Amino acid sequence: MNKPGSILMGFLLIIALAAQLSGCATTMANLPPEEPAMHTVAEFADDEKMLFVDDPWIGFNKRMYTFNFYADKYVILPVVRGYEFITPEFAQDGVSNFFNNIGEIKTFYNALLQAKGMKTLNALGRFVTNSTIGIGGLFDVATHMGMQRQPEDFGQTLGVWGVGSGPYVVLPVLGPNTARSTTGLVVDTGARIAMMNAIDPFGNVDNGSTIEAGVTTLEFIDARHQQKFQYYKSHYPFEYFMVRYLYKQQREFAIMK
Amino acid sequence: MTHIFALLVTLLLVLPAAGQAAGEGSYGYPIPGSYAATIMGTPEQLRIEKPKNLSMKELVLDVYPERKKPDLFFYDDGLVCNFAYQKKKAPLAFLIAGTGSDHNSDKLQYMTYGLYKAGYHVITLSSPTHSNFIVSASKECVPGDLTADAADLYKVMEKAWETVKDDIEVSDFFLAGYSLGGTQAAYVAKLDDERKTFNFRKVVMVNPAVNLYESVQRIEALLDGIPGGPRKLGVFFNRMLDKFTEFYKAGDFIDINNQFLYAVYKAGLVSEDEAGGIIALSFRIGSAGMIFTSDVMTNSGYVVPKNRVLQASDSLADYFRVSVRLSYLDYFEEYFLPYMQKKRPGLTREQLKAELSLKHIEGYLKGNPKFAAMLNENDFIIDDADRAYLKQLFGERSKVYPRGGHLGNLEYRQNMVDMVDFLTILEDKGGAK
Repeated sequence: MNKPGSILMGFLLIIALAAQLSGCATTMANLPPEEPAMHTVAEFADDEKMLFVDDPWIGFNKRMYTFNFYADKYVILPVVRGYEFITPEFAQDGVSNFFNNIGEIKTFYNALLQAKGMKTLNALGRFVTNSTIGIGGLFDVATHMGMQRQPEDFGQTLGVWGVGSGPYVVLPVLGPNTARSTTGLVVDTGARIAMMNAIDPFGNVDNGSTIEAGVTTLEFIDARHQQKFQYYKSHYPFEYFMVRYLYKQQREFAIMK
Repeated sequence: MTHIFALLVTLLLVLPAAGQAAGEGSYGYPIPGSYAATIMGTPEQLRIEKPKNLSMKELVLDVYPERKKPDLFFYDDGLVCNFAYQKKKAPLAFLIAGTGSDHNSDKLQYMTYGLYKAGYHVITLSSPTHSNFIVSASKECVPGDLTADAADLYKVMEKAWETVKDDIEVSDFFLAGYSLGGTQAAYVAKLDDERKTFNFRKVVMVNPAVNLYESVQRIEALLDGIPGGPRKLGVFFNRMLDKFTEFYKAGDFIDINNQFLYAVYKAGLVSEDEAGGIIALSFRIGSAGMIFTSDVMTNSGYVVPKNRVLQASDSLADYFRVSVRLSYLDYFEEYFLPYMQKKRPGLTREQLKAELSLKHIEGYLKGNPKFAAMLNENDFIIDDADRAYLKQLFGERSKVYPRGGHLGNLEYRQNMVDMVDFLTILEDKGGAK
């Protein structure tokens, strides 16, 4: 869900909508008075918390979590399923490989910024191999040659240099993040836009900006296609905590390496 | 849930390098330790493979269209099932998940692969202890009573069949379940003998519990082995995580994947007691969902204050903290038993315990050629007396594997072949007996 890219810009509208949505609160009237539950948290105060993540923005986050569920259900997933239905599987894999290959650029400069030599070389090797032998990135031959994909982003770079994660935040559409990873997302997106402007791949083509918008849309669809997680799919009532915890943990592990 | 569970267990994964005893007989499942097998399952290269041509879709069954679901469960549109279908006339197998697991659990997926390859249509069902089932398909929303749960399952199967019967051709009906789902399958089959909607030809129970209360007791007892006992669940979890993090940091791992798990296993990072604790903990995480969901559905005031209406944006943190620290035994004593006694005045505790057992329907099961059971010699949710009982109950239609723990060898290729054999080939043999 947290795959960045120029997509971020396209979702200002949704953010505005989400902000509106988060304003509603249901009021309850005419209910019989509450009675205390048989078991309360006070009983278990002598034990440490489990799956605990500091979450000062939980009210906002839970609303965004719900918003994302609806955005997925009514907009994003139908589009992704449509894409999966009309596109042959090998072509879907080609598209994923293509965008993952472009992602190696991000991994490359972030690994470099983290002073991780092997990772930098790995990203470079993957990009060069897949762009050439892999025909412009459509095939991931590098993995078969023993160069595993190890994505890095600017959020991880900040983490490596000791910046704390900051509060957990669920972004509209993009999902679980932290203040740090959100900053990273903005920086990586900025870098991406700057690079695109410098290279201007569609500059000499008629309707270049339309093509660019199409590519951006495809990238977004592919990112969601690659992401198996679905909000509330587990039906587990405490899914929010699980996801929050696993996200944070996974980021911490990613930063360690 | 499956994936979150898988991830969680993955994160926790730590295993004792139990005594080396593999290789006896011709059974090739490699992990000797009971807890290790339970946590690790089957190594990837030995698992049954996904069929290449698998046609599968989700069914969402609106079992109680009039039910007004609590706002908190706004995302619940009905009971979700997987439906794998053949393009020709074929037998249809219903599969029931184990405690806390849903229709998409790994174990059900592997069973689907095995049956699909053998030419079956398959419909997978979440456990009646799973939140989706409690909210959408449970009549009374208080899981645990084998008879009532079987009636709920049966209603769901009828609904599912109603939904798909115009799309597929079915020759015969079959039923299988694992763990609690195996025990429930026996009760469902018994009900089917009365109602005769399906006339199940064969029923396979994989690692079933004999008596639910006793199995739960055995699983809960695993927490006695952790420092401070069950009261220090949080401390245990955090300590495991620290240990695990250290190991990850120190090693040369790229990802949290099977390779990493195997390394943890080989390193013998965690004691036998701790491995048992992890199993019980993941069980508790499942039961927390069941307890909380049932309480919200019935407004019983067990962990949520009575008459409190929860919204999607409310934090459930405190409810999680409480629910995960209540055991199935607490649930039985404080919630389930009083509920059953209200329903059936005069019912005693011992009576109820005895009813939650295969022995309760022994007369129906004994020598019944319809049934087969797959057991493991070192499955810890039953004891040797239970194993002997099941062997005596099903005779040659029971098979005991030398290892596999609880469900660890379910996805092992040989086991899936045997399961399909039980359903098909043994048919004549069983009938002759």
